[in-house]
Amino acid sequence: MVALTDPTALDAPAPPDRLARARRLHLWLALALVAISLASLTVGATGVQLLDVARSLARGEALSRMERVVLLDIRLPRLVMGLAVGAALAVSGAVMQGLFRNPLADPGIVGVSAGAGLGAILAIVLGGLLPPALLGLAGAHLVPLAAFLGGWISTLLLYRVATRRGQTSVATMLLAGIALAALSGAVSGVLVYMADDTQLRDLTFWGLGSLAGASWTKLAAALPILLIAVSGAMLLGRSLNALALGEATAAHIGIPVQRMKRLAILCVAAATGAAVAVSGGIGFIGIVVPHLLRLASGPDHRALLPNAALLGAALLVGADMISRSVVAPAELPIGIVTAVLGAPVFLWILLRQRGVVDL
Amino acid sequence: MLEARDISVSLGRSEILRGVDFEAQPGQLTAICGPNGSGKTTLLRTVTGDLPCTGRVTLNGHDIARLAPWELAAMRGVLPQASALAFPFTVLEVVEIGLSRGRAAGQARAALQALARVDLAHHAGRPYQSLSGGEQQRAQLARVLAQVGAPVDADGPRWLFLDEPVSALDIAHQLEVMQIARDFADAGGGVVAVMHDLNLTAMFADRIVLLARGRVLSAGPVTEVMTSDTLSRAYGCRLRVGLAPAPGTPFLLPHAARLAAE
Repeated sequence: MVALTDPTALDAPAPPDRLARARRLHLWLALALVAISLASLTVGATGVQLLDVARSLARGEALSRMERVVLLDIRLPRLVMGLAVGAALAVSGAVMQGLFRNPLADPGIVGVSAGAGLGAILAIVLGGLLPPALLGLAGAHLVPLAAFLGGWISTLLLYRVATRRGQTSVATMLLAGIALAALSGAVSGVLVYMADDTQLRDLTFWGLGSLAGASWTKLAAALPILLIAVSGAMLLGRSLNALALGEATAAHIGIPVQRMKRLAILCVAAATGAAVAVSGGIGFIGIVVPHLLRLASGPDHRALLPNAALLGAALLVGADMISRSVVAPAELPIGIVTAVLGAPVFLWILLRQRGVVDL
Repeated sequence: MLEARDISVSLGRSEILRGVDFEAQPGQLTAICGPNGSGKTTLLRTVTGDLPCTGRVTLNGHDIARLAPWELAAMRGVLPQASALAFPFTVLEVVEIGLSRGRAAGQARAALQALARVDLAHHAGRPYQSLSGGEQQRAQLARVLAQVGAPVDADGPRWLFLDEPVSALDIAHQLEVMQIARDFADAGGGVVAVMHDLNLTAMFADRIVLLARGRVLSAGPVTEVMTSDTLSRAYGCRLRVGLAPAPGTPFLLPHAARLAAE
């Protein structure tokens, strides 16, 4: 009979443990995040310096009114928003790519952000038509909620169209994304045409993608959704790994596939929706971050998801610093910065995939 | 044991299986054979719980329709015909995906042992996607072996469901994989395999369930099912079964002409 096992095989050194390496990365990314957050608090149009503030605090002096306003009401909410939105965008990208089993799936590219955007625009322009009682109930949550609904419907639609019997067609996914984005764009166009001047200013500002509108009020509405969505996504690590082998195999391994797919779609829609609602169309974070992390420490979602949250947060806060300082005291829309960083990476992935996947 | 009663499956308008009864015992290797399109894979997917069907399937006395996915996964592993992998996992990582709880030290070792079993330990750190088709098939078998663990434990026998496990393999690895399945059955586990190669089936299987056009044409011990007459009827071509000299297992020699042509 054939030799069944090579007796020396088990003595061979075990291959490098990429999961352990990816988990060590948590610490480094967290440190980088703290550093970049402190830097972000220091940079700005006014001359308020974090070190000066720390020094005067250490001496027991009270903060000047200027310092308090700049730090606590402008820079801090902006920082918190950057952290939350960056983490949400990167994690949505990673979850979506796991769900569609393709590194090109990103809420911005396959039309989910556009759907969320349509929801937000609907709320901004037509929200006033709602009965006052309902409007009062929804309050500041109206725009994030509408964006979430828009994102959710587009994700469901996309999944229905692009996935058959557990297999995703990349071509159909990208094409359906184009159709969804075009449709959302058309409806949004009609709404923009109908909008009055104030609404128009809101829309333009919001469409370019920016963290400049950050305020504690907006955060109060969006932060809980972002936090729940991102923490919910952290539960998906093992399931997304199993899903990489296909839906049937994931079920054989013991994953409740339908349930986890519903959770994944909800998380993506909530995270993308809330992020789009407060900061507009910031693209490419969701595709660049997971891709870099997979290159650095492998595709294991148990480590990839937390790492994506950390790196996404750091990258967006960093991009925001760039957008504030390149043309200071004016601001570059942050969507431009992330696109300049992200579009080449997207093209690069596309080129690498060309040989492997038949689009 | 595995018991399926009165199974019918329709996909769209066509009925793939009609009133099929199927049984498999732990300690045995049961082969599902039959021509292309006879419903072999459909029957396998029904008894693994992948496909909804009319009728009832019980595994170790449990109605599989009532078991949660993780309960079923603890009882049986399934090797699909082909598996595409998204993302660049290594061979070892693919095997570990099948393991249920985190990665205790013993589990990482279980994964490496399963890889050694299919003669792939030396490729553990390689990207799965860089393996050849046959190597990928063996890596998937290692994943299934790591998932089910011991062939039998306090909770009863474990089961392997293999869909054409040797279709992409060279002759040496065909024998090796069939031997792994045989050993699993000999140790008390149950094995159900969809097989195309009737000679390999004759060498390794205990029982054959022969399907034709969605029905069971014949089921029983290898020597009873593998007769020239039955096989010729099932496959629609003239086939002659002889007996190999030493162990007395049947072997098959196809004739060139199809029955239909005569």
